Amino acid sequence: MFRNQYDTDVTTWSPAGRLFQVEYAMEAVKQGSAAIGLRSKTHVVLACVNKANSELSSHQKKIFKVDDHIGVAIAGLTADGRVLSRYMRSECINYSFTYESPLPVGRLVVQLADKAQVCTQRSWKRPYGVGLLVAGLDESGAHLYYNCPSGNYFEYQAFAIGSRSQAAKTYLERRFGTFQNSSREDLIKDALFAIRETLQGEKLKSSICTVTVLGVGEPFHILDQETVQGLINAFEMAGEEAPAADQGAAGEEGAAGEVVAAAEEGAAPEEGAATEEGAAPMDI
Amino acid sequence: MNLMDSSHSNPMSLCSQADSQRTLYPYVTGTSVIGVKYKDGILMAADMGGSYGSTLRYKSVERMKPIGKHSLLGASGEISDFQEILHYLDELILYDNMWDDGNSLGPKEVHSYLTRVMYNRRNKFNPLWNSLVLGGVKNGQKYLGTVSMIGVHFEDNHVATGFGNHLARPILRDEWHEDLSFEDGVKLLEKCMRVLLYRDRSAVNKLQIAKITEEGVTISQPYSLKTFWGFSAFQNPTVGAEGSW
Repeated sequence: MFRNQYDTDVTTWSPAGRLFQVEYAMEAVKQGSAAIGLRSKTHVVLACVNKANSELSSHQKKIFKVDDHIGVAIAGLTADGRVLSRYMRSECINYSFTYESPLPVGRLVVQLADKAQVCTQRSWKRPYGVGLLVAGLDESGAHLYYNCPSGNYFEYQAFAIGSRSQAAKTYLERRFGTFQNSSREDLIKDALFAIRETLQGEKLKSSICTVTVLGVGEPFHILDQETVQGLINAFEMAGEEAPAADQGAAGEEGAAGEVVAAAEEGAAPEEGAATEEGAAPMDI
Repeated sequence: MNLMDSSHSNPMSLCSQADSQRTLYPYVTGTSVIGVKYKDGILMAADMGGSYGSTLRYKSVERMKPIGKHSLLGASGEISDFQEILHYLDELILYDNMWDDGNSLGPKEVHSYLTRVMYNRRNKFNPLWNSLVLGGVKNGQKYLGTVSMIGVHFEDNHVATGFGNHLARPILRDEWHEDLSFEDGVKLLEKCMRVLLYRDRSAVNKLQIAKITEEGVTISQPYSLKTFWGFSAFQNPTVGAEGSW
């Protein structure tokens, strides 16, 4: 009857020392459409792929403004993501009411992670099925965090979550060394390139992606569609093949993308999660 | 009989003064605090008197305290309420430090927090009976502000509480300038404190000067001001004010 006798309850350990329900929640993050984030010393860019649920519906919003200095991109259960962004918004507004200054990003991320952790230790709860890329700016500079359903959180220079995010990660891993001193425009460019990697051949259009910027002297905002389309055209990314500078990369990424696709389709979650290299890390 | 009945139904008699649990009036109070911005930070002055009503009951009350790394708080009004505020702030700073993430509350944040506390308590009809002066320096930014017992708050280049508002601030408005040196700042504060000592009956001749800069807080040892009481106006104060006193 049960496929696995240790996965009926979040708080039940498997003999191998794993919590299957938590791993399933992390799997939900991979099912969602991709979201990526990257940062320089002064700016953070979040971008995501918008996928409509059906031909007849519009897509759901995947990037939320939390405050002028914090924005969040989600992958996984959008409903959970909205609950968590509402929580983040209210934490920010309460902090600025009391202290008349913006909430440090790292602190919000810890509070969020603690909230997610509680759900992994209560039998009557379920973990949030959403991964959050939190972009923020505070007195210690620009930050990018990833919050996982397991209650773990990590700080990144650049990261990607969601379906086929491995391809974007491969792209970002090759380029992240230069991000620290990147200009705002170069960050947006890299964000669009990384997003394109997750599309696997589908044409990148402003209608299927959202790009947001946050930086010194620039409150968090979503770039409007015309601007994004203009950038896509300017970078000559609308064409079928990659631009000359990126030619070598296309091969690798294709391969990486296939590996991820194979893992997603073939492997059962309880095997796939821990073994897959780019898996959302719970056991780190 | 009718009168008795009506007095029982009077809603005013429901609020009994006998079992009140809030501060109805202050007991031990400190008088003015003065704060000024100067070249490298903030200077603050307060005397060390603690008045029990109009009796000068205590002579060594420290009314200026450092708050965290970047702030300095001076208080006039109820001394025990000031001590309660210090407990709140100790806890605030402790929990802030426990994050251990490189972020810390600056004077602006502490001032805002105090405003929230004071206004919240007055809304409960249970005010903390103080006027506070909050000064500090963080990331090269000087900050000087004040909060009253009912939550009125503002920032300025020089502030004062109580009698200081009437007697010291006119002097500060005339003589304060942006690039005041430490020595000139102390001289200016002493001038104000001397006027207060002469004219404010609650003031005592034992004061401290506190300094906060990017390097931190220093609070001076208590000392006295030179005074001269031989002015003819002091000899017979009722001259020209017949019928008073």
